[in-house]
Amino acid sequence: MTSLPKSTDKKLGLAIDLDTCVGCHACVISCKEWNTSNYGSPLSDMDAYGAQPSGTFLNRVHTYEVKTLERAAQVVHFPKSCLHCEDAPCVTVCPTGASYKRSEDGIVLVNEDDCMGCGLCAWACPYGAREMDVAEGVMKKCTLCVDRIYNDNIPEEDRVPSCVRTCPAGARHFGDFADPESNVSILSAERGGFALMAEQGTNPVNRYLPPRSKADISGNDQIELPAPALEAETGGAKGFLSWLDKALEKI
Amino acid sequence: MSEEIRKTTCYMCACRCGINVHMQDGKVKYIEGNKDHPVNKGVLCAKGSAGIMQHYSPARLRAPMKRVGERGSGEFEEISWEEAFEIAIGWLAPLREKSPEKMAFFTGRDQSQSLTGWWAQAYGTPNYAAHGGFCSVNMATAGIYTMGGAFWEFGSPDWERTKLFMIFGVAEDHDSNPIKMGLGRLKERGAKIIGVNPVRSGYNAVADEWVGITPGTDGLFILALIHELLKAGKVDLNYLMRYTNAPFLVNGDENSPEYGLFLRDKQDKPVVLDRKTGKPVAFDKPGIRADMAGTHKVKGVTHRPGFQLLAEKYLTDEHSPEAVAERCGIEAKTIRRIAAELAHVAFEEEIVIKRPWTDWKGEKHEKMVGRPVSFHAMRGISAHSNGFQTCRALHVLQILLGSVEVPGGFRFKPTYPKPVEAHPKPHCKVTPGAPLDGPHLGYVRGPEDLCLSQSGEAARIDKAFTWENPMSAHGLMHMVISNAHAGDPYKIDTLFMYMANMSWNSSMNSSKVMEMLTDKDENGEYVIPRIIYSDAYSSEMVAFSDLILPDTTYLERHDCISLLDRPICEADALADAIRWPVVEPDRDVRCFQSVLIELGARLGLPGMVNEDGSAKYKDYADYIQNHERRPGVGPLAGFRGKDGKSSGRGEPNPNQIDAYIKNGGFWIEHIPEEAAFFKPWNSAYQDWAVERGLYDSPQPYVFQLYVEPLRKFQLAAEGHGKIQPPEHLRQQVKEAMEPLPVWWAPFEEDAVDTEEFPLHALTQRPAAMYHSWGSQNAWLRQIHGTNPLFVSGEIFSEHGFKEGDWAWLTSRHGKIKVPVVKMEALNAKTVWTWNAIGKRAGAWALDEKAPEAQKGFLLNHLISELLPPRENGMRWSNSDPITGQAAWFDLRVKIQRAEAGSGVSQPHMEPQKSPVPPAPQNVTYGEEFKK
Repeated sequence: MTSLPKSTDKKLGLAIDLDTCVGCHACVISCKEWNTSNYGSPLSDMDAYGAQPSGTFLNRVHTYEVKTLERAAQVVHFPKSCLHCEDAPCVTVCPTGASYKRSEDGIVLVNEDDCMGCGLCAWACPYGAREMDVAEGVMKKCTLCVDRIYNDNIPEEDRVPSCVRTCPAGARHFGDFADPESNVSILSAERGGFALMAEQGTNPVNRYLPPRSKADISGNDQIELPAPALEAETGGAKGFLSWLDKALEKI
Repeated sequence: MSEEIRKTTCYMCACRCGINVHMQDGKVKYIEGNKDHPVNKGVLCAKGSAGIMQHYSPARLRAPMKRVGERGSGEFEEISWEEAFEIAIGWLAPLREKSPEKMAFFTGRDQSQSLTGWWAQAYGTPNYAAHGGFCSVNMATAGIYTMGGAFWEFGSPDWERTKLFMIFGVAEDHDSNPIKMGLGRLKERGAKIIGVNPVRSGYNAVADEWVGITPGTDGLFILALIHELLKAGKVDLNYLMRYTNAPFLVNGDENSPEYGLFLRDKQDKPVVLDRKTGKPVAFDKPGIRADMAGTHKVKGVTHRPGFQLLAEKYLTDEHSPEAVAERCGIEAKTIRRIAAELAHVAFEEEIVIKRPWTDWKGEKHEKMVGRPVSFHAMRGISAHSNGFQTCRALHVLQILLGSVEVPGGFRFKPTYPKPVEAHPKPHCKVTPGAPLDGPHLGYVRGPEDLCLSQSGEAARIDKAFTWENPMSAHGLMHMVISNAHAGDPYKIDTLFMYMANMSWNSSMNSSKVMEMLTDKDENGEYVIPRIIYSDAYSSEMVAFSDLILPDTTYLERHDCISLLDRPICEADALADAIRWPVVEPDRDVRCFQSVLIELGARLGLPGMVNEDGSAKYKDYADYIQNHERRPGVGPLAGFRGKDGKSSGRGEPNPNQIDAYIKNGGFWIEHIPEEAAFFKPWNSAYQDWAVERGLYDSPQPYVFQLYVEPLRKFQLAAEGHGKIQPPEHLRQQVKEAMEPLPVWWAPFEEDAVDTEEFPLHALTQRPAAMYHSWGSQNAWLRQIHGTNPLFVSGEIFSEHGFKEGDWAWLTSRHGKIKVPVVKMEALNAKTVWTWNAIGKRAGAWALDEKAPEAQKGFLLNHLISELLPPRENGMRWSNSDPITGQAAWFDLRVKIQRAEAGSGVSQPHMEPQKSPVPPAPQNVTYGEEFKK
């Protein structure tokens, strides 16, 4: 069993905007390419060109449809990676101490040298955020690109996780949730950021910003209309010319 | 993190983002977006990041090949480049001397059309085009004829200022990253997004409002919005009066050969009424105020401003929201509300930038007034047989709102705006052994510009620029194989293609096309005798070719993203870019453009050889740096002149490519502030554009609400003029070539029993996959390895489908068996799937049991390139009757449950033999960097 730090100085994590995510998978692949040749062992792809390709990904996007009786169906794209929980069950379950949460910034990592690939942590994680690398036999997970965010060889503005840097729609934000003035704390407060499956008691650091209310064609125009209905002004095909003449005079 | 960063241009799709390629030990380690680049400003999509897997794909061809088995089998022998050139020249040289039209050169998703078109012109064949005919020519052509540009490469919404944005018929492509970035900005600023699309995926999923329109009815919806705006007087009269042809006087004498044409003065300029004097004057006379309310009689003939004709047409009840609601699948009150929102934002929330500017008539303006509504649209509205007129309708809507080229609206990107007058006309005059008489593709002004033989037959193999589709500005690549096989209008000898998977996902009727490609005549010879094809990868089309010229990957080559071609400019800036070999090829492959230049030199084509007959250009890079299309204007606009200090115009610079590499792979120059808006009418912009070589003289013009060239074709169909349509097309020309936007039901809907085929079937491109090319990509194929048929909840329950079920999908033309998945966020009468995921077994170095080849499928098998025969037995192409754009999205189908059986989709083609070695079992990319 491995213990968690009592508290962490920082709580680094992601605020993911479900209102803006178009589900393009840019973050998924950028994560894959950065992490396959940096921290730890590569993220393998088994049967890569075959009948059942199966690779290791630290971040995946799921797509859900939301349908209620009152509203037209809505599609929500849901990117999912490790949420760097404060009460991370994947850490406490680890028999070798390979899984740990850093006291300085709260990042949950796996020390691959100590990982024996037993997979208990993946069972313990309620989010399914860990993936066993079949080729290497070690557990892989989001590192928040720990090898980018403190990396002096990278320009300062790029010291963010690869998924954040690449996101075309700007739906992913990185920062310190321990600091109430940070970008992610402010965003989360303004937009009602929520903890995923809070009832699990894992106390995740990452926050999801919920989709905003939408109008739809089922006739329930729930958003506030900025405009009154158009009044007939020109008198239709018949009266149009005299309206036009008057209107032109005003220009 | 890496040893070196090399900055080049992505080619994982057509967006052309800037990329930083991180290198280690001579290998590609990581690819990220280039933050300085005007297109993507640092971001990169899934495809771009997966470039490593494309570059190291096991499907890469290794050497030139000649076919040794039967066509379609995939049996090849690798040969030397010298042998490849000898074979190609052995075919091409005699043809050029005798009948150059028997060589047809069609390039697919080629971005070097200014080179390939120039080459084909020098060769002398009239048969050249790229892939626009099966892509979005309706959008481009409708835009050029209406306002001198369309969406994507031509312009973009003013993302920083627009307050209401409507996006029609766009899946997650074209232009992928800029739209995602733009939507993100709109969300940040709280602007409203309305998505109009039968399918609520991607951009439509995040839209604040989704309009799940019935496919093919966008034109009706847009005209109903116009109806509402006109009824309420919510149009920008000042803008229309100044910047459009709304006041042009139109001849109203039904019996006149001038009926429906503009009244012109002695200098041949269209005439308007001056509101101050009531007198007719040239439209561009300084100081006048054009009237739109009056009429003018000349020799007893009443002439009325075009705007009156427009208002009359759209104010009728047939265009009311109530009249179109059911057909569009949109409630009338929703249509009315959206019209009200457009009007409110355009006119009550106008933006004013205090920036003086001077118009082309010399009038000074103290400020720039903007209407912050903007639009974007792509294939969803254009790939229909009513697509041209629908795209026109959307452009007219933007113009009526006064929102084009103003702050907050839609803005052109240089080299656009560019009116029809600034484009060439099409050319087709063949002289054996000599170049064609001019550029192949262009914009017809009237029937006299059609590409017809003396006897009135099509001059081109694809029948572009004929009465069947007079304004086919991008050609009809999708008709080439079918026409060549039928020998209609004539037989060809050699089909030369680049980067187009025509035996598979880029053709309608794929199964039949494969038969055409392998069909033999009574002498046992192939009906299409010779096929030369260039591709970098083992695609389906490779198996159907006789000679393969293997191309490099995008990281191994030179390229120019040229202003002469499909530019990557921004609304505020002129920009172009290069690709350069950030990795050297490790196979015996060559950049196709270098091969083309060498073929040109070996054929002795003008412009490609020196006086002594030696090759003028060593390779494509040499051409990029030293070719001049006009004096001082070449493929790249940046760093020109011997010292590299000139922009736009200047002598060739021997170090130009190095200068681009030092600058991050691109060049950008910002437009002066006072020239940034109102570009077609802004004298500062016009002067700047001339200085930079975009035009040779200022080209101010007004937008064409009423398109006179369309009316000229219609007049001919009404019996006027010497050049007459054939009788069997007279009615179609008359109905289609309406000078004001009009809607008709998609042709397939008219041709089939809609009770038998009640459903619409569509494809969309996924954001993480670009056509066939993604399937060989170990990472991307894990996202989209199969493509189910998405079926609306209504259809799903009606047919009693359950999870994991299969269905027969049947059209008038064919039948396929496919896996189904329920989707609620979908127009109730529509089914759809992802485009081009299905693969032929044996292609792309995939295992024959790969899901792409087992479960994956193509909708193409259901779509015929021809419409059903009419009463007289004649058949028309399944295309827009104005431009010839392939009407992919007109497809009507019926669905029935099927037994899952072996779980393999139908039809299932025989495997092709792979010309490349088997792919590795597993991939652990990056392992070598750890050592």
